[in-house]
Amino acid sequence: MAQEQALLSIQDLGRRVSERWLWRGVSFNLHGGERLGLVAPSGVGKTLLLRSIVWLDPVQEGQITFRDRDLKDWALPHLRRQMVYLPQRATAFPGTVNENLQRILKLQVNQHSDPRSNHPPSGSIPNEKGSKKNPSDPRLLPWLQDLGRSPDFLQRQAQQLSGGETQILALLRALQLDPQVLLLDEPTASLDADTTDQVETLLHDWLREGDRACLITSHDRQQIERFTTRQIDLREFR
Amino acid sequence: MDSYIAIGYGQLALAALLIVVNVGISIGLRLGLERSLAIASLRMVVQLLLIGFGLEWLFSQENPFIILAISLVMASVAGIAAVNRTSRRFPGIYWNSLLSVLVSAGLVTGLSVRGIIQVQPWFDPQYLIPLLGMVLGNTLTGISLGLDRFMEEVNTQRNQIETLLTLGATRWEAAHTQVQSAIRTGMIPIINSMMVMGLVSLPGMMTGQILAGANPIDAVRYQIVIVFMIASGAALGTFAVVLLAFRQLLSPDHQLRLDRLRPEK
Repeated sequence: MAQEQALLSIQDLGRRVSERWLWRGVSFNLHGGERLGLVAPSGVGKTLLLRSIVWLDPVQEGQITFRDRDLKDWALPHLRRQMVYLPQRATAFPGTVNENLQRILKLQVNQHSDPRSNHPPSGSIPNEKGSKKNPSDPRLLPWLQDLGRSPDFLQRQAQQLSGGETQILALLRALQLDPQVLLLDEPTASLDADTTDQVETLLHDWLREGDRACLITSHDRQQIERFTTRQIDLREFR
Repeated sequence: MDSYIAIGYGQLALAALLIVVNVGISIGLRLGLERSLAIASLRMVVQLLLIGFGLEWLFSQENPFIILAISLVMASVAGIAAVNRTSRRFPGIYWNSLLSVLVSAGLVTGLSVRGIIQVQPWFDPQYLIPLLGMVLGNTLTGISLGLDRFMEEVNTQRNQIETLLTLGATRWEAAHTQVQSAIRTGMIPIINSMMVMGLVSLPGMMTGQILAGANPIDAVRYQIVIVFMIASGAALGTFAVVLLAFRQLLSPDHQLRLDRLRPEK
């Protein structure tokens, strides 16, 4: 495993806020199949680290390599669709859940790179307007079922969803892109225990389907122990 | 053209009494505006009297460089004033505003003076300065509205913008709705005023020309030219300033740089 090329490689990453180093010398590798837990108390900068890995936030030093290419050599939209960061507080766009999903597929970077976009829709979604024009992803219905939601969920007004439901929407919005790495920031923080189990199971199955990996933060110590294959403590890098 | 009544200083003092209405309302309802009213009234009178004397001198100038220099100062003041009306700041905001004002007002005024009205010589201050002033005043409004709206929306809709970025959107895909909304905001006042012009409002310049004894039809023609100048100047200025702000707040690395945005001190 250690010999295998890492999907994501972080070397000596450092983030300074005013004159203080929040963390420095952060180094780790993330290999396919791994579920890496990032632990640290609040305020240590877990979120900032996740944001920095997809270059939403600048870092002051260090190197990030994704699939053997330095981050600087990546066109960032291409990088970000393959390594999706899911923020702790999920955001819905106006429109239905389905329109939220479609909106992302219409982004330039997702127009050509989605191998499934040419697939005919297998499961038809009831009452869906314009379903011929925008074939729905056949994986959506099974995913919804795994998460204990009915197909009606796709027709709900996205901005009226609860916090937990919005997190589910955000997860689906990311999964439909077939990313290789997921950076999950407290992905189940506003979910009940049952749905949390369902999300974990779905992620488990999803990660097994290919050369995929995820990095997860959680305040739930048990979740980290239950879900991850390995942990790093950000406090070691202060 | 001596067909108008010249106003003396005594008549000015009488007119100033009208502000008593505002002061009365402010005191009666405890709006706390008395001080601002006094300062604003005083500033308006002093600034206008000064400009009156200044224009008298300016209109006698025949050196194009002096007139260009004055135009530059006017545009710069407009550029700075546009920013001062907004409630947030980012590095370079004054330069962005200045550049937008200069390019838009310069282009529109230059083209109109040379190409449409065909003033001879082109820098004749009697035409150039008042026309530029009117274009600047409206461009300033468009720029400040557009800029303020863009900063406001980028700030309040930061989560939507960033969510799009995390899913592979380019900076333009992530924030073009905010750009559109801001430019629309900057262009709306002139559209609204064009809608009711002549019905509800008689434009100030036209009224002035008529008071000074000009033929109303001539005055109206001037007004039409001016309104089109104003509309294009405001649109161009708003467009430029919002795009420049976009470049500052959304980096080439497709990051939303809200760390660059600060509330005005």
